[in-house]
Amino acid sequence: MDFGFTDDQRDIQRTARDLLGERATPARVREHAEARTTDTALWRELSELGWPGIAVSEEYGGQGLGQIELSILCEELGRTVAPVPFLPSAMAATVIEHGGSRELSERWLPGLASGETVGALGVAIDGVADLVIGAPEAQVIVLVEADGSARALAAEDAELTPVASIDPTRSTASVSAEGNGEELPDGCVGLGRALISVSSELVGVCDRALSMTLDYVKDRKQFGVPVGAFQAVSHRCAQMLLETEKARSTAAFAAWTADADPERLAEAAAMAKAAASDAGRDVTAGAIQMHGGIGFTWEADVHWLFKRAQLDAALLGGAGRHRARIAAILADRLGASATA
Amino acid sequence: MDLTFSEQETAFRDELRGWLANNRPDVEPTEAGEEAHYERRRDWQRRMYDGGWAAPAWPTEYGGRGASLTESAIYFEELGRARVPLPVNVLGLLLGGPTLMVWGSDEQKERYLAPILSGEEIWCQGFSEPDAGSDLASLKTRAVKDGDGWVATGQKVWTSGAQHSKWCMLVARTDADVPKHKGLTYFLMDMEQDAVQVRPLRQITGESEFNELFIEEARIPDANVVGGVGNGWKVALTTLMNERAGLGFALQIRLRALLDDVIAIAAERGLLEDPRYADALAELHVRCESIRLLAWKGLTDVERYGQPGPEGSLVKWLWSDTNQRLTQLAVDIVGADALTIGASWSYELLRARGNTIEGGTTEVLKNIVAERVLGLPRLKAAA
Repeated sequence: MDFGFTDDQRDIQRTARDLLGERATPARVREHAEARTTDTALWRELSELGWPGIAVSEEYGGQGLGQIELSILCEELGRTVAPVPFLPSAMAATVIEHGGSRELSERWLPGLASGETVGALGVAIDGVADLVIGAPEAQVIVLVEADGSARALAAEDAELTPVASIDPTRSTASVSAEGNGEELPDGCVGLGRALISVSSELVGVCDRALSMTLDYVKDRKQFGVPVGAFQAVSHRCAQMLLETEKARSTAAFAAWTADADPERLAEAAAMAKAAASDAGRDVTAGAIQMHGGIGFTWEADVHWLFKRAQLDAALLGGAGRHRARIAAILADRLGASATA
Repeated sequence: MDLTFSEQETAFRDELRGWLANNRPDVEPTEAGEEAHYERRRDWQRRMYDGGWAAPAWPTEYGGRGASLTESAIYFEELGRARVPLPVNVLGLLLGGPTLMVWGSDEQKERYLAPILSGEEIWCQGFSEPDAGSDLASLKTRAVKDGDGWVATGQKVWTSGAQHSKWCMLVARTDADVPKHKGLTYFLMDMEQDAVQVRPLRQITGESEFNELFIEEARIPDANVVGGVGNGWKVALTTLMNERAGLGFALQIRLRALLDDVIAIAAERGLLEDPRYADALAELHVRCESIRLLAWKGLTDVERYGQPGPEGSLVKWLWSDTNQRLTQLAVDIVGADALTIGASWSYELLRARGNTIEGGTTEVLKNIVAERVLGLPRLKAAA
């Protein structure tokens, strides 16, 4: 049993962190957030490096790596709140590859893997999905219904209404499919993987929110001491770490099951999303609170994290919905052992 | 990342499972007497000892199996899964023995280890005092040199199993003129002397797991000093580190078993379809799995990198809080049984309140996380 990354995975993590540390600086993220623009230069660079296709099979032009590697990139991009459509594109690619037909994969995956095509994934009610991240930039959109059925459609076949969400580091639109597009026979499998990617992004958001908070409370002095010395502050920070590690451990487990133990994927993905959604909200809220008045200003960078966490927490269903899913799985398991 | 067991670990698990399938403790005595319960657990350790399963983590030269950390964790998981008690001499096996293996002389190892393993001599832990709980190093029990031995006087508290014990791991002050961490010595004190009086402490559960020790000029020979005079703090830390490592595993699997019980009861009563209970139970399931993952991660980090990550302090904190939530939720799901004296759920409800206090209060754990993991400055305590 080993919870560590392989040397290759560690390399991916280090390279990603170094690159984003230089390219997705707080100043540059702010510039794009305030203008509500995508960092197309960064997206081009990431595409040249093969990031969008990291988990897409080699036969479709990807790198053929697994969910663990994809999750590493999601976490690093979440950490910097980079204004690129990586997450929606990667989620669309996983759902198409793991749930769609061969023709569908051939049509969309090479473009999604190279970054030339942008994808988006939304949860729809009767063909209509609100706040679909990346949709205004996307050429292909996957919509998943509550009953697990899913369809992929070209952007021109959908009716799009751009919406400005509270998170200005990415584009959002409401999408109406009107029965267009192609049905995915096995949408649920890919959806589980998509949940893990969001969860990993949330872990990155939490980790950054905590580290910014620690820097601040070690530096900010009141009553002649750093405020981090007060237990009211330090214990909240400890709570933020606990939430972050709870999310990290369940996301890591889920990423592992995706490729190594697919029978447990549905449960593990629901656990990861439930834990990460709660952690994302609580930890970024804690970051604002621990920054005091500064934390409430537009000038401080913590609010980008809070806003990203809010959208991610709601994306593909919030914590409550995934706990309901877990309860259903537990009930099924009891039923199965009772009839066995 | 690979969350599967190796062939050797799987073989270890299967052997233990096989043994546990054929060996069970006696049925619990129906009458309430604590002595009968204790004897049953003592017999159980004897049976585990005969089967070579009393302390697999001990090196083979001392009668163990030289089990790895992972195998040792598997051991506790399997005992929990089989719902059998831990060996009765748990403090000797998990704390006293391993401490002697690090700090004890050859004579001490020769004399003490075998009877710990067989359960012949029970051990207890004389660390905490009425005025030295979280701030252990400020303890006041003192030992004064007298001929070829020491005379100890003082008071200890929260001493589990003292009424059954032959030996007490006693930390006492042997030099009052040096800084508080430096004047301590670790002794093995014979409990069978009139100078040591044990008074049971009645807990909110009504039972007496813990005791107060009143020590009035108890004799301790020189040969019973462990790790040298004045070195008691370091020796005590070895004991405390073992306390956090081993027990964590047994506890998380016990939590799992309790949660499975509550889920089964909820399902029986149709409450799994009630969104309120479904949500609360699913959250407990997520926490339980997270505790398991964090416990394993902490352990494999020790195996790979020689030191635990931040998980150790988090596991105890999350476990104790989760057990309290679980037993409280059980009151709503199980109903009257959870509030009736003598029912196991009411016992669990009350006992769980101790979880966030024993072995380091949650408040102290948060301080440890803040200072040692997050690197936050420490506020000087008021003088």
